[in-house]
Amino acid sequence: MADTQLRARRFRLPKRLRNAALLIGAAISSTIILLAIFAPFLATHDLAAMDMVNRFSGPSFEHLLGTDNFGRDIWSRLIYGARISLTIAIIAVTCSAIIGTIVGLVSGYFGGWIDLLLMRLTDIFLGFPPLLLVLAVVAVLGPGLFNVAASLVVVSWTEYARVVRSTTLSLREQNYVQAARALGASPWRILLREILPNSLGPITVLASLGLGTAIVWESALSFLGFGLPPPAPTWGWSLSYGTRFIRDEPWLSVVSGAAIMITVLGFNLLGDGLRDVLDPRHKTRG
Amino acid sequence: MTAYVIRRLLLFVPMAIGIVVVTFCLLLLIPGDPAAVLLGQEATPEAIATLRRTLGLDQPAYIQLFIYFGNILQGDLGQSIFQNAPVSEIILGRIGATLELAIVALTMSAAIGITLGVIAAMRPGGIVDASAMLLAQLGISMPVYWLALLLMLAFAVMLGWLPAIGRGEPLVSAFGMALAGNPAPLLDSLSHIALPAASLAVNSAAIISRLVRASMLEVLNEDFVRTARAKGVRRRQVIWNHALRNALLPVISVIGLRFGALLGGAILTETIFAWPGLGQLTIAAISQRDLPLIQGIVLTFAMIFATVTLIVDLLYAVVDPRIRLK
Repeated sequence: MADTQLRARRFRLPKRLRNAALLIGAAISSTIILLAIFAPFLATHDLAAMDMVNRFSGPSFEHLLGTDNFGRDIWSRLIYGARISLTIAIIAVTCSAIIGTIVGLVSGYFGGWIDLLLMRLTDIFLGFPPLLLVLAVVAVLGPGLFNVAASLVVVSWTEYARVVRSTTLSLREQNYVQAARALGASPWRILLREILPNSLGPITVLASLGLGTAIVWESALSFLGFGLPPPAPTWGWSLSYGTRFIRDEPWLSVVSGAAIMITVLGFNLLGDGLRDVLDPRHKTRG
Repeated sequence: MTAYVIRRLLLFVPMAIGIVVVTFCLLLLIPGDPAAVLLGQEATPEAIATLRRTLGLDQPAYIQLFIYFGNILQGDLGQSIFQNAPVSEIILGRIGATLELAIVALTMSAAIGITLGVIAAMRPGGIVDASAMLLAQLGISMPVYWLALLLMLAFAVMLGWLPAIGRGEPLVSAFGMALAGNPAPLLDSLSHIALPAASLAVNSAAIISRLVRASMLEVLNEDFVRTARAKGVRRRQVIWNHALRNALLPVISVIGLRFGALLGGAILTETIFAWPGLGQLTIAAISQRDLPLIQGIVLTFAMIFATVTLIVDLLYAVVDPRIRLK
């Protein structure tokens, strides 16, 4: 099972898409990050400013992406929404990567019963449909930025653990690691100075793909009404709120969904592109 | 083979125990007094005390866990806090709809994913390959709930071809009626399931197509494929008969793994299309913080998933002797 999962992760884009993927992915994701950082300067309207005369207006010079049911500026709300999504995603990915990496390093290096125990634990967490576990954790913790991030960590650390474990297993047998051991280096020193730096490639790839996944799940939570409560301008909530008017005014839903998809696409392309650059060991044809 | 089956079955036991423990731990995650939190602000102290007793909160955690285990072994998942019915009964009433949706979506995603993957692998690097993989990239990045809305907007609201919400007769009984000469319910059921299943299937189809492509490229370079070509077997036949068979081996287990994602995704599609299954129930349970019901659903989903994984692993061993001899 582990084998095929890794194999799926080892997917490489067709050659003619490869550089394009990295470039487009980097362009999209850095644009979104910049929009989020500079949202206060780029927002054209106050988030809460209502303009009931201009409800559901289409894109115009005054309102770049039109207005919602209260006449609020969609563009301004979307870039502030990017802040929420990205903050949660970055917290969740960082924590998952740290926890997963520690588990993977320890499991792969020490082996034996520690490995057995940690990997069974990983299997158990992988045994739940991810979205369901996320929802259940948010349900008991309650809504809020950190609780949403925590619920995402519960389901995403496993992937880092498995990948780091397998790189550790192979790195452990390398000559330079053996040499460090023969020189009397402590296990922790070997793990942090020799093995971890050489595992950073796959971790970076997973983190980039993980940002996309975290944004999908965070938006799913707010779509279902379990993310940050309104008036926070989350993408998921705008999308779900827009569905109330979908018959006559589908624009709000369509544009919020497009924001989510473009962002996720950006991080996925970046991840796939990075894998080709950072993971030269997994060369396949095509 | 028998040894492998026994070993695999034995692995299922600690897995199932682990799933139960994690599910139980959800209760411990609740900050403060769970009984007070679950009942909300208007609850009377008496009601809180009663719930604390029924949930067994007056006992230490490890004893609660033992009691929880004991109850589950007897098929007792507890009592829903707000629906005044046993959790197992509520779940049994809805599980069919969700399984039906997930199985139809899985079949669709396997069919689309395998076709797309094989077509892409035929001429690696070609324009067809690039477009297929671009399509797959879009499919992977598309949030289920947005796709569902777009499909609903296009096919139900604008074109009016398919119903926007609800479910027809269960497919199995609709098939029965169709065999008995009444095809109307079957058509109705199919028209209802088309949009939810399609929106649920796209993501998995994209993932499967990438995997099939990678696996095909690997197999197509092996000696037996070259031998077959050298013998004069047609390229098309080599691809579909020789290569695909071998390339599908790793795909089988991923298709099984996708089942878990589909069950999770069903929560979203069921909510959007008002599909009366476990997913819709999950949202209701979570909105009300009905913990026994939430735990019951989580446990049910995880057990279904674990069973599917078990079946897939066993199937895999049947198809590939290398696995069972390892």
